[in-house]
Amino acid sequence: MSRLGSKLFMGLVLLFLAGPLIVVAGVSLNGAQQLLFPPRDPSLRWYAELFNQPDWLNAMGNSLLIAFTSAALAVLIAFPLAWFLWRYRVRYGSVLYGLGVAPFTLPPVITALGFLVFWVSVGLYGSIVATIVSHAIFFVTLPLVTITLGLNSIDRQVVEAATTMGADERKVFTTIILPLIRPYLISGYAFAFVLSLNEYIVAYMVSGFTVETLPIKIFNSLRYGYTPVMAVVAVVFMLFAALVFGLIARFGDLPKLLGAWSKD
Amino acid sequence: MTTERPHGLMAHLPMLWPAGMLVLFFVVPFGIMLAVSFFHQVQGAFFEPAFELDNYGRFVSAFFGRALLFSLWISILSAAIVVAVAFPFTYFLTRLRRRAQVPILVFILAVLSLSEVIIGFSWSTLLSRNAGLSNVMVWLGMLPRPVAWTPSFGALLMGMCYLGFPYTVLIVYPAMSRLDPELPEASRMLGASPFRTFFTIVVPVLKTSLMGAVIMVFVFNLGAFLLPQVLGRPPHWTLSVHITDQAVFQSNIPFAAAMAIFLMLFSLAFIGLTLVLGASREAPR
Repeated sequence: MSRLGSKLFMGLVLLFLAGPLIVVAGVSLNGAQQLLFPPRDPSLRWYAELFNQPDWLNAMGNSLLIAFTSAALAVLIAFPLAWFLWRYRVRYGSVLYGLGVAPFTLPPVITALGFLVFWVSVGLYGSIVATIVSHAIFFVTLPLVTITLGLNSIDRQVVEAATTMGADERKVFTTIILPLIRPYLISGYAFAFVLSLNEYIVAYMVSGFTVETLPIKIFNSLRYGYTPVMAVVAVVFMLFAALVFGLIARFGDLPKLLGAWSKD
Repeated sequence: MTTERPHGLMAHLPMLWPAGMLVLFFVVPFGIMLAVSFFHQVQGAFFEPAFELDNYGRFVSAFFGRALLFSLWISILSAAIVVAVAFPFTYFLTRLRRRAQVPILVFILAVLSLSEVIIGFSWSTLLSRNAGLSNVMVWLGMLPRPVAWTPSFGALLMGMCYLGFPYTVLIVYPAMSRLDPELPEASRMLGASPFRTFFTIVVPVLKTSLMGAVIMVFVFNLGAFLLPQVLGRPPHWTLSVHITDQAVFQSNIPFAAAMAIFLMLFSLAFIGLTLVLGASREAPR
């Protein structure tokens, strides 16, 4: 087989990945409340429905609020941790880094149940604060990894030069470190944001009955039959994620962020 | 890495906030969960402090034993399939120019971030009788009439592969893109096709990454929780589904905690195995 073979193979895999999304996008255009493919009497009425029905709007509001705040909190936790581990050598460093990476490595149901018993004990079970804090801890891994990557790419000699010329810790931080790692901070935030938006099990276990997010709302509605609105949400989420990651790729070096060497 | 150590206790102060948050909201919940797994379940009420092994004992029953075995089986099967496809896919991807890689990476990341709910919904639509692939096959004359392929074991397996695929690509991507380009280059010069180069050069060189990826995806798939409910039948429920079911619907939190602790030990053992594999790769030959 030739180069054509490898291109064909990649194309087939990408088609497999795109297949369900194509069908869902088609289904979202149905005129009536049916899930038919190809769609009949194509219209955008279910898109309007998503932004008009109070219960879907409410779920969207919850999801956005949780994603905005929990991603910010995740960055606020990850940043000092990554900076300190980069700046100093401490014995407990690897333990703390491991703690920051653990929530993402274990099957999520375990962490979710841990959060459940914790919030029940504290008495905040069912509140949106519980969801926000849980998501922040659950996704702290993402900013932690991107910010650490950014710090490690800083040339130590630049920092040394600044120090010998009389810059103190604060000056070095604000004039060198912060500008250099800004793209990594932003992408860490973006990763946490998008994943929080899509997260189901933690949000469900912690306050699924009182704080309905979009994924919870979709799953709850699945039981009462499928409507094209679910397909609309799927399309919107897909486009939104593609937009966010596209922006990261536009203003940053995506292959490097994902672990490739910095240059070809 | 810096070798500078912080001077005095005050220098450790910046760590207080992140360490405190992680301990309070991650270590403490795990501690509580571990304690609760030994508690006594009170019928019709919550639970009371105790120290008993009943929750772990109940887990050994045939019903949950079968659920555990099924979770392991489908997770291993889907991990093997996914890695077998994602490994060559990622290799070909990293051989493309950076500019060509970016849109594919953006797409992979977007699929990775998709909620399990949305993946389940999409697949159940794709495999349904009204909107599914079978309509296309009828149209092509390959089937007499549309059929529903979900819920079924095959649908669940397909969904799990879909769930794990983007994750696998991202796990394998760093090692693949750092592979010395001269190795495949030399093989190509000698006239080998990309597929042949892949199997005779790339796979042997990255054997440990391959094993590591299989284990990581296996653990990742163990966490699948919504797909078994949307694409499978009750016998296809994995341990993750049973844990949530016990905690939320049966209100038996001690038993759910015991199962979660068991699943965690199991996962940690496998993650430890990848670290050992990684360490042996770093060791001098």
